[in-house]
Amino acid sequence: MLEFRDILLRQGGFTLAADFALPQGRHAVIGASGSGKSTLLALVGGFLSPERGRLVWDGQDITGMAPGRRPVSTLFQHHNLFPHLTVAQNVGMGLRPDLRLDRAQKDRVTQVLEEVGLGGTADRRPGALSGGQQGRVALARVLLRARPLLLLDEPFAALGPALKSEMLALLSRIVDETGATVLMVTHDPADARAFAPLTVLVEDGRAHAPCPTGPLLDDPPPGLRAYLG
Amino acid sequence: MAARLRGVTVDRPQSANAASLRHDVPSAASPADTDALRGPRRRFVVLPGHLVAALLAAAILGTLAAVAWAVGGLSALTEWDWRALRFTLWQAALSATLSALLAVPVARALARRRFPGRGLLVTLLGAPFILPVIVAIMGLIAIFGRNGFVNDSLRGLGLPEMSVYGWQGVILAHVFFNLPLSVRLILQGWQAIPAERFRLAASLDFAPRDIARHLERPMLRSVLPGVWLAVFLVCLTSFTVALALGGGPGATTVELAIYQAFRFDFDLGRAATLGLVQIALCVGALLLARWIAVPAGFGAGMDGPALPPAPGGWRKGGDALAIAAAAAFLLTPLLSVTAAGLPRLVVLPGEVWTAALRSVIMAVTSATLAVAACLALALAIARGAGRWVEAAGMLPLVASPLVLGTGLFILLRDMATPQQMALPVTVAVNAAMALPFGLRALIPAAQALQADYGQLAASLDLRGLARLRLLVLPRLARPLGFAGGLAAALAMGDLGVITLFASDQPTLPLKLYQLMNSYRMADASAAAVLLMTLSFALFWIFDRGGR
Repeated sequence: MLEFRDILLRQGGFTLAADFALPQGRHAVIGASGSGKSTLLALVGGFLSPERGRLVWDGQDITGMAPGRRPVSTLFQHHNLFPHLTVAQNVGMGLRPDLRLDRAQKDRVTQVLEEVGLGGTADRRPGALSGGQQGRVALARVLLRARPLLLLDEPFAALGPALKSEMLALLSRIVDETGATVLMVTHDPADARAFAPLTVLVEDGRAHAPCPTGPLLDDPPPGLRAYLG
Repeated sequence: MAARLRGVTVDRPQSANAASLRHDVPSAASPADTDALRGPRRRFVVLPGHLVAALLAAAILGTLAAVAWAVGGLSALTEWDWRALRFTLWQAALSATLSALLAVPVARALARRRFPGRGLLVTLLGAPFILPVIVAIMGLIAIFGRNGFVNDSLRGLGLPEMSVYGWQGVILAHVFFNLPLSVRLILQGWQAIPAERFRLAASLDFAPRDIARHLERPMLRSVLPGVWLAVFLVCLTSFTVALALGGGPGATTVELAIYQAFRFDFDLGRAATLGLVQIALCVGALLLARWIAVPAGFGAGMDGPALPPAPGGWRKGGDALAIAAAAAFLLTPLLSVTAAGLPRLVVLPGEVWTAALRSVIMAVTSATLAVAACLALALAIARGAGRWVEAAGMLPLVASPLVLGTGLFILLRDMATPQQMALPVTVAVNAAMALPFGLRALIPAAQALQADYGQLAASLDLRGLARLRLLVLPRLARPLGFAGGLAAALAMGDLGVITLFASDQPTLPLKLYQLMNSYRMADASAAAVLLMTLSFALFWIFDRGGR
């Protein structure tokens, strides 16, 4: 369980407050542009620190922990892969960032690549892969890191509808496999409905406690209604 | 002097590089979102760059303080020294004006004509930046000297001869180095005029005169002040040219006056006072540069998608003449040195080869130091280190090599003899002088790296040496190689601070200068060919290594 304990984050003139607990499971993060969805993810990912309050994961205070040490994997909007490293190296970083992998670890990388349908691409560079395949490489690394918290900042926004639903399906499989708690920023209410039973609404400088996705989207509060159109 | 392109924004290739790294910047993100994406800004972490910046600031400011401490007071300055100050300003202004004006027709011709060898010529226009000054001086003497082609022709026509020594020689050499720079800068201005404007002009049936008035003159008005200032800055700290061609009451720069006070009169107080004058000049020029945008020094000279209209008739002949004259002015001196020196290369005395080896080792050491310092500084700056870190990296711009040399001598004179100091001080000063150029290449690239991959690396816990090996070095290889190549070539060709100290362990440029002074011109030509080849080769090897 992830707890936001009386958190206040300030960024210039912008503030974001959060004071709630996030149960295990999948959550969408929804809100108008500029409401602070990405800021919320950056807070959990360790890229921004709050002015006040604590961030607690399963009883452990992680407020001051460095991003890479947190029990967190992140899929960013862009730049999820290092273009100068091979697919296997990109995935292998999930096991050891310095890439000094032993035999067993290398076998794990190959196995995970097979699992996401990328067998045979280990020595290619990301630039030689399609957008969908690149998404799979990033997901393979998530699978390998097996962190209990997964943050996604619209990682599939650039993909077409068919590819996107394919990615969401793969993501669901991985989440089920690892039992991770997910926070996924999305602009698309359909994605939220399909993927996340609960949704965190970010509005008026505050991230609200998660509530059931369906009812929230059926009867959105005024600000969200204006945004969704 | 080509080596002293101070205060000038270097480098288009690298910023293009940075732009290509940044190909898909998040675009839909709102202000709050983008702020959040800017990377870790948590507690203060001491980065290697902070240490480098502190060391650098201490070393340079300490050296300048030593100079100030030794100042003999303004009364120490003689009438001769004030003349040096006036000459410095006058020759810099004249060199800048001539270079900028002469560059306009050449740049216009290159902008609107296409011919075989054009690309090569534009590339060659970048070469003077890393051409050793002393080599160019040999070439100019070969063409414009008493027995050169120009004076032979003048005599043949019954006209008075011109001298390559004195103020004419100083101006001539400065134009030789800065005309190509100016042509490249103005050419960029021409290529920045959108093709649509020229199409519109064609559809309105503009005559060349109308195009000049409505399109070209406004561009020149915005570009020329920056070009002028770029050349002016370079010429303010001119030393080697003044040393070899100038001197005497009418052609001594402040930098040369420091050398004379130090070397001939051994009057440290006066040398230090002159050093302060030189610092004031540099600071003043940098303040001026804050007003006027100084353009990028050596861009790739890219070809725009469409050509400006190329009028026929006499204008075609005029363009051909401008290009031919510029090419001849730039190439014949070098070709003449090469022709004289190449056959003698194999019989060069052993001492020249020893000097060459010494110079290569020093240049590589200097370049390594400079690149390592630049990398540490650029990475710290990209991670949001304070402005003082960047300022520390740009400090060498206010301290000319001879000023630093004087200061280091004052600081170290109780610990080491001038002979012992000569080589280490030269390596250190050359490394420092290369920093501003290296930083201009590396900072944008390091910032792009941090913006694109900083969060990913942090989220994967990629830190320290692993980050350097797996992320930083592979992604910054190009600008690192480029910066290293520049630093190595500039250090290889430098004939500056070493003249203050040594003669028994000369570098190759110093050896060449000694050969010239003892009228061993055949050996000097061969040494010049060797020096030029080594400088270009060092640049090429480093730059290739980065690709």
